Amino acid sequence: MRLLNGFTLSAIAGAIWGAIAMLVIGVTLTLITGNVASPQVSMAAIVGGLTGLVAYWFQTPNLSLGQRAAAPLVCLFTLILLTFAHPFTLSLEVSTLWQLGGIAAFVVAVVWSCRATTYGLPRGELTRYEREMLYLRVAKGIGFVVFTIMVALPFYVMVMTSLKSQQSLLANPLDLSIDFAGGFYGLFRSYIELFTLFNFGDYLLTSAIVSVATVCLTLLFSVPGAYAVSRLKFPGRDWFSRSVLLIYMVPAIVLVIPLYAVFSQLGLRNSLVGLLIVYPATTIPVALYMLQGYFKGLPAELEEAGLMDGLSRIGVILKITLPLSLPALASVSLYVFMIAWNEFLFAFMFLDDPEIFTLSRGVVALNSSEVPRQHLMAGAVIATLPVLVIFLWFERFLVQGLTAGSVKG
Amino acid sequence: MSVSAEPSGNGAAMSAPNSAAPPQTTGPMQKREARLAFSMLAPTFLIIFLIVLGPLLANFWISVKPVELGDLRAPTLLVNERVRGKPQAAGDPVTLQYRLRNSSQDYSIFEVSFTDTLPSDFKPTAWPEACSVDGTRLSCTLGDIPGKWRERLDIEGVAGAAFAEYRSQIKDTELVYTGEADNVLTNLDFTLDNFRRIFDADEFWSVLRVSFYYTVFGTAGALVLGLFAAQLLNTSFKGRGFLRGLFLFPYVSPVIAVAFTWLVLLDPFSGTVNALLTKMGVVSEPINFFGQRAIEFSLFGLPLEFPLALSTVIAFEAWRYFPLSFLFILARMQSISSDMYEAAEMDGATPLQQFRWISLPQLLGILSVLFLLRFIWTFNKFDDIFLLTGGNAGTRTLTVDVYEQGFALSNLGAGAAVAVVVFVVLVTFATLFIKFSAKEEGL
Repeated sequence: MRLLNGFTLSAIAGAIWGAIAMLVIGVTLTLITGNVASPQVSMAAIVGGLTGLVAYWFQTPNLSLGQRAAAPLVCLFTLILLTFAHPFTLSLEVSTLWQLGGIAAFVVAVVWSCRATTYGLPRGELTRYEREMLYLRVAKGIGFVVFTIMVALPFYVMVMTSLKSQQSLLANPLDLSIDFAGGFYGLFRSYIELFTLFNFGDYLLTSAIVSVATVCLTLLFSVPGAYAVSRLKFPGRDWFSRSVLLIYMVPAIVLVIPLYAVFSQLGLRNSLVGLLIVYPATTIPVALYMLQGYFKGLPAELEEAGLMDGLSRIGVILKITLPLSLPALASVSLYVFMIAWNEFLFAFMFLDDPEIFTLSRGVVALNSSEVPRQHLMAGAVIATLPVLVIFLWFERFLVQGLTAGSVKG
Repeated sequence: MSVSAEPSGNGAAMSAPNSAAPPQTTGPMQKREARLAFSMLAPTFLIIFLIVLGPLLANFWISVKPVELGDLRAPTLLVNERVRGKPQAAGDPVTLQYRLRNSSQDYSIFEVSFTDTLPSDFKPTAWPEACSVDGTRLSCTLGDIPGKWRERLDIEGVAGAAFAEYRSQIKDTELVYTGEADNVLTNLDFTLDNFRRIFDADEFWSVLRVSFYYTVFGTAGALVLGLFAAQLLNTSFKGRGFLRGLFLFPYVSPVIAVAFTWLVLLDPFSGTVNALLTKMGVVSEPINFFGQRAIEFSLFGLPLEFPLALSTVIAFEAWRYFPLSFLFILARMQSISSDMYEAAEMDGATPLQQFRWISLPQLLGILSVLFLLRFIWTFNKFDDIFLLTGGNAGTRTLTVDVYEQGFALSNLGAGAAVAVVVFVVLVTFATLFIKFSAKEEGL
């Protein structure tokens, strides 16, 4: 029998699941309860290996109840046996419920992933195909765990830190639990202070105004432009439609110094008007590119019919083209809105006056040693929340718009 | 409009007298159509020229000029008016003194003159040659004044009854000043000092190297992560839509929010990650991810350095931008026909073989386009590093250097010089890419 047969591989896979599950659950427990757990990863690996073997052995579809229960039982008992009932090396007195939940989660996770990895594999010798399938299952499982944690952890920390008080953050940076003891005010204190003492209401309003105005200006400029590029013939059309995206390759930092110098002398620097000149200039090319792609896909016959019936070009655009391209307009608008909302560099360079700060600029102003951490994180949450809500609401539009060939870094 | 099907713009050279052939010249209709198109594009052209192409060229101009941040305020005549002497009663002598100063240390103001209104019952008796008095109206012509120039003008006279209010009166009346100063941006002083300065600096080459590492590894990281993530979500399962939305979070969130979150998360004193690592005994000392330039270690006796801060910044870049490549790769993968995989399955190809010989070749086009775009955008990136480290601890890229020179060191000229370098490097990249990837599928 080869060394890498079904038994060894399912044991190894089980060991990996055991170690990962223990690590993840241990860290989660620490973050939720604030009690530092040091999970027994190596023991959990052994437990996982055994569970893997059992799950691999009993996997034909029609199992008796006892056979089905074998894997979870093995998992639970070996875990308790090997770790002397202290899988997280925490005394069972502290946060008992969470610990019990953690153990249950461990058993469920390990058994489920062991079954999923060995599902459909024959006992004993494996072909190359079957082995690779098992490797891929393991790799995918690890991938899901790693990616989810990698993406979610910073956002989780952002939200939880914003709900903490200064003392509890300093006392135990690992304690990211929600403390209901302070009531509503205690929990949302940072937010309340941001809105009352730091003018975040104004920043929010300014950001909204600037972003919406940028969207309107961008559409005003790019709709006729995109229509011209997609429907009208003129010399240099193909060259233009291709090179308009090159504008997007120009780094903003290169534009900052001349714009700063000229806007300072024109008195446009410390003003929202200045921002409203710069933002559309950076978004028009991409909006034009996205829209012309969509316009080209619309049947020209409809517009010709409109022209024959006596509509002017403007009439055709307003009454035929635009109603037909509502999805594209929506995705372009959302996209431009997000760019303007998230913009940092120009807001940072141009705005000095706290009266007209946008959110980005306002949050940067919080990054000083005098402002506590949770205020900074609350500011980050306030800046992120609207854009995430909009994104989740219109995700389909955005994803289509993005992958339709227009992107921004 | 669409009636005219002939190609436009071929010029008169092709026009044949044969009336049976379609006309080859641009007809009036096409001309009208082109005019309409240009008028619709004109606003776009205008704003792009003003805000993008104009500044691009202006950089070259500013980079050869000795401009400091403070010079942006045009030099002006600063005037301080005061009453000298202590008149006790009407008829006492009193002097109105104008203290004048050029606000700039370096730049001259040309053809300076000013007029002011004297208190109405003040009787001037003597005044400098440069000035003339006409009733209560004082006008002085100072001519050209150089930088650092200072002068005092005394208007001697006899006080009237309301002398007690002179002090406030002369301050209240508006002084009208005319003078022309060279605009630092438009005058014709040129210098190569800016370039000399940035190229002579020791750190310039390290800045260039850091930029290069950041761009290459940041791009590669984002692409590889995106490829993995796309593999994960290419199969359909419950919760896939949720995960896809979640995976896009880093990309759609504002950069300030995620950058500060990473700072808080990785903080050496109160950060969650360091607390976890130390409490669980993985490391003995907290790691200063964004503040420590390098970790020294030795491999087989070779002393090596691991650039810690730079690697963390690169990790952030990969984390923040993998969603973009993930989306594109996933869209491409879902458009690959499943027939090929079924055929391969029949032929006994293993999953890895299917990936290597079917998926990867199909993805090559989108991967190379993504690489190109991300490479350029990563090179252009400023916000992320600026917010994370401010360019310290060995993470200063060229774009951060633009800010550092132009604003932190207040030397706009040097900043523009770095911006010129950025632009030149970018154009070089673009040319190389176009040259070597002409056959790849375009945008």
